[in-house]
Amino acid sequence: MYPFTYHRPKTIAEAQQAFSEGMDATFLSGGHTLLPTLKQRLAAPSDLIDVTGIPEMQGIEEAGGFLKIGAATTHDTVFASPIVRRLIPALSGLAGSIGDRHVRHRGTIGGSTANNDPSADYPSAVLGLGATVITDRREMASDDFFVGLYETAREPGEIVTRIDFPVPDIACYAKFRSPASRYSIVAVFVSKTGSAVRVAVTGAGASGVFRLPEFEEALSADFRPEAIAHLTVDPDMLLSDMSATAEYRADLIRVMARRAVEKPGQIQSFK
Amino acid sequence: MALISMTVNGVQVSQEVDDSTLLIEFLREKLKLTGTHMGCDTTQCGCCVVHIDGVSAKSCTVLVGQAAGRSVTTIEGLAKGGELHPLQKAFREHHALQCGFCTPGQIMAGAELIATYPGELNEHVVREEMEGNLCRCTGYHNIVRAILAAGAEIRGTKITDPTLASHSVEG
Ligand SMILES: Cc1cc2nc3c(=O)[nH]c(=O)nc-3n(C[C@H](O)[C@H](O)[C@H](O)COP(=O)(O)OP(=O)(O)OC[C@H]3O[C@@H](n4cnc5c(N)ncnc54)[C@H](O)[C@@H]3O)c2cc1C
Ligand code: FES
Ligand code: FES
Repeated sequence: MYPFTYHRPKTIAEAQQAFSEGMDATFLSGGHTLLPTLKQRLAAPSDLIDVTGIPEMQGIEEAGGFLKIGAATTHDTVFASPIVRRLIPALSGLAGSIGDRHVRHRGTIGGSTANNDPSADYPSAVLGLGATVITDRREMASDDFFVGLYETAREPGEIVTRIDFPVPDIACYAKFRSPASRYSIVAVFVSKTGSAVRVAVTGAGASGVFRLPEFEEALSADFRPEAIAHLTVDPDMLLSDMSATAEYRADLIRVMARRAVEKPGQIQSFK
Repeated sequence: MALISMTVNGVQVSQEVDDSTLLIEFLREKLKLTGTHMGCDTTQCGCCVVHIDGVSAKSCTVLVGQAAGRSVTTIEGLAKGGELHPLQKAFREHHALQCGFCTPGQIMAGAELIATYPGELNEHVVREEMEGNLCRCTGYHNIVRAILAAGAEIRGTKITDPTLASHSVEG
């Protein structure tokens, strides 16, 4: 790693100040994406600003029909939370499917959402549930937040502080994971609130997480696996890499979407 | 540079180190606690697992600053008063190591699993929860057996792996 200065602010204001004073500062949450990147010398920030010591960025609460999760909350805390299990069990299961237990002890929902890795799990839940991303300066709908590969609508120095999930009637998640990296090769998050259905796909998109409007329409009319059995996905918009070709991913999306809908309220992990 | 203080294996330590020092470097190079191994340096293998406030973590992916003020336990701190931890004994008993390189991480991960996993420990659970610890020698079978055996001993429960139960009766 190139040398840097480590900061551990106790408030958002202190974090903002450290950012503005640094030459080329960056935020650090669980560090389970950022530190491996720094070790490979792919980045050379002047300052790392650890946001996990800021109390208002921690914790999970239910308020006004929303499940509100502080950005610095670890995957393991989300997985084990009785509130998350009661309100959105598929989200708890999703958190529990990330990496391995040591990774879950340190990685955070805010870090994963801000990073927008095309294979990460959380972006599919944030988009698939139509969550709101709260930052130190504004609130953004998930449809506006995820912009492209590792890219979000976040401005320089903007801190993701919380994610607010509207509580759906049903949510389900089916993940086909790479046994080696443990990331998704394809994973599909489906939610239903009243007759509105959202279907979000991660692991597959050439520009990151995306929605499937045709699948959403079909499931809004008829929330059964049969309703989407005839639908196909265009491989042109999908990733092709050593784990899977775009054509294989296109097929996996159909299968995972169907399997998700077969088990409402659950998460299923395949490898 | 920053003055970093933390408790390591029950002892308060303070050292002046670079901010970019990893916890594993601090343990191995500054404190000479070389039981914690660096296997991959890419957050994959789990050889470097230690406990931070009782929670397992890959110490190759934690900065010293992130562990400052906390209580860290390494493999050197697991035995109490000259008495091996039950999982250390079980590793010997069940021949759960060959070259031994992954063993400190396996034992730290297994000990935390036994101490904190809320449900019953069976073979499936142990294999799933130990996914973050790779071993290139043993094929995992005896590692799983050792964790189940120590888990049963520590938790005072029956062993749920049938092959292990018969082994214990014979043994
Ligand atoms: C072995 C291994 C397996 C993994 N498997 C999976 C998996 O199966 N699924 C999965 O989804 N992920 C997986 N991950 C990634 C893991 O979940 C990461 O922890 C996560 O993606 C990033 O979260 P973090 O808190 O560690 O963020 P960090 O690494 O600290 O930060 C990531 C990026 O986000 C920025 N950032 C962090 N917090 C904020 C904030 N609050 N506001 C603004 N910017 C911020 C940082 O500046 C950095 O650019 C795996 C990681 C490892 C090492
Ligand atoms: S050395 Fe830390 S995970 Fe391999
Ligand atoms: S005993 Fe050799 S790597 Fe596990």
